[in-house]
Amino acid sequence: MEQKNLDLSVNFAGVTLKNPVTTVSGTCGTGKEYANFYSPEQLGAISVKGMTLEPRDGNMPCRIAETPAGMLNSIGLQNPGVHAFIKNELPRLEKCGAVVIANVAGNTEEDYCKIAEVISETSVAFLEMNISCPNVNHGGAAFGTDAATIERLTKNVKAHCSKPVIVKLSPNVTSITDMAKAAESGGADAISLINTLLGMRIDIKTKRPVLHRNVGGFSGPAVFPVALRMVWQVRNAVSLPILGIGGISNADDAIEMMMAGADIIGVGTAMFANPMAPIEIIDGIKQYMIKNGIERVTDITNSVIPWEN
Amino acid sequence: MKYKILSNTPLREGLELFDMRVCAPDFNALPGQIAHFLCGEGTTLRRPLSVCDCYSQSGMQIARFCYEVRGKGTKWISERIAGEEVDILGPLGHGFETVDGAKAVLVGGGIGIYPLMSLSRIYGKNAVALLGFRDAAHINLTEDFEAYGTEARVITDDGSSGRQGFVTVLLDEALKSGGYDIIYVCGPKPMMAAVSKIAEKYGVRCQVSMEEHMACGVGACLGCVCQTMLADGNHGYKRVCVDGPVFESSEIIWEAAK
Repeated sequence: MEQKNLDLSVNFAGVTLKNPVTTVSGTCGTGKEYANFYSPEQLGAISVKGMTLEPRDGNMPCRIAETPAGMLNSIGLQNPGVHAFIKNELPRLEKCGAVVIANVAGNTEEDYCKIAEVISETSVAFLEMNISCPNVNHGGAAFGTDAATIERLTKNVKAHCSKPVIVKLSPNVTSITDMAKAAESGGADAISLINTLLGMRIDIKTKRPVLHRNVGGFSGPAVFPVALRMVWQVRNAVSLPILGIGGISNADDAIEMMMAGADIIGVGTAMFANPMAPIEIIDGIKQYMIKNGIERVTDITNSVIPWEN
Repeated sequence: MKYKILSNTPLREGLELFDMRVCAPDFNALPGQIAHFLCGEGTTLRRPLSVCDCYSQSGMQIARFCYEVRGKGTKWISERIAGEEVDILGPLGHGFETVDGAKAVLVGGGIGIYPLMSLSRIYGKNAVALLGFRDAAHINLTEDFEAYGTEARVITDDGSSGRQGFVTVLLDEALKSGGYDIIYVCGPKPMMAAVSKIAEKYGVRCQVSMEEHMACGVGACLGCVCQTMLADGNHGYKRVCVDGPVFESSEIIWEAAK
């Protein structure tokens, strides 16, 4: 097949993305940090570092711990606040033509609604409700682990937001499908999953947890099978578009995630070892399509053929 | 970027300390900058090593990294042999600022002496190196400072070689005799905190090289922060990978640095 016939574009919740590869909130800053490697407009979209209404300092170090095939982080939503983002970062992203996902978090439901109003007045393409950050005391995961709360919060945010709303789910729940259904009932336009799994490491010499906040969010290749399973379950439970995230390191992982039901995918932790990972994944998906005679990337989504049991 | 290893040998028999030289034509590291090493199987994150030295020899640009094997990442690096390639991100960050015509004190503790080597190359006899080690068996690299013309004064925790005590004793003596314009320090945090206090007492400018667990190395993830005093007088976290690793000692909130 000629490469020119390849269609990598995806209509995600009403917005056309040039390809299905995004970078995950918290791992790619606001894009400029990776300027030596790629520009955010080469991606389907960029989900910028999670922001709050007011600036946040974040957690005491140590914030990072490596694990077998993964890592823990405990950043704690350090960010300059949504207004600083709009003033200092968004113009650059607009100029290069990047599709921006604004990842937002709040201490209260009111915060989420206020920030949604602020974001609605900008050129941002999507609002991603981070109701799953495991690294803060208020807000974050406290909202994302109860179905009734997810439904109510989503409904409230939708009422204050003119942008498509993506609800980012926490894997630290008993039933991921219940959470996805709650987001759907609340009127979400899309779902992203998974945020990090809650994890811990201890230094056996000092008996101290490696992370100063004791526990943190677990990500990287080790969580990929969990993320894949959850995306597959959610695909079979709701009809919303899905942004599949969790341990994707290469094009094969990305294709697997799409087969499980993701419309688009997010690359995060993999960038720390390989800053070019998102671009290599786009190329790898292209090669897979050429090799397998697939013209439209959307044909990969949900193409898994499960065993009948 | 991939670079060919020229040599990678133990620094001293019996210690987990190594000395790697790579051929790095376009790797123009300033003193104190970092190189982020991709490690092999079983590691998710790169490992930040400070650049020990960057020099040219018979027309070849060489980057030198001295490091301690601490875990599986540095173990993997130590097992690489001459002729293999290593994948390095860098040089990263904000290094030591050198001042023309200044007299410098280089203060190093343990493996913290390595990033001071580039300063010794630049300052030569206009610097003195105050080097603290655990004991005689851990002393290494002092002759390299001397080779650059920098006098190396050694002190050990247990007195098994040179003076007995901490490197702060040597610093206090050096500053008492006067004539120094700037201090550069790298070592364990309590030692750097103590050095910072002495620098303040004598009113001498002091630059410190900080270390934290690091992920992206490009300022995106906010993982490697240390607490600092911001220009507006408030405390705030700065990133070791891009804002540092070198900071003015007066910027660091030492009580927070554990």
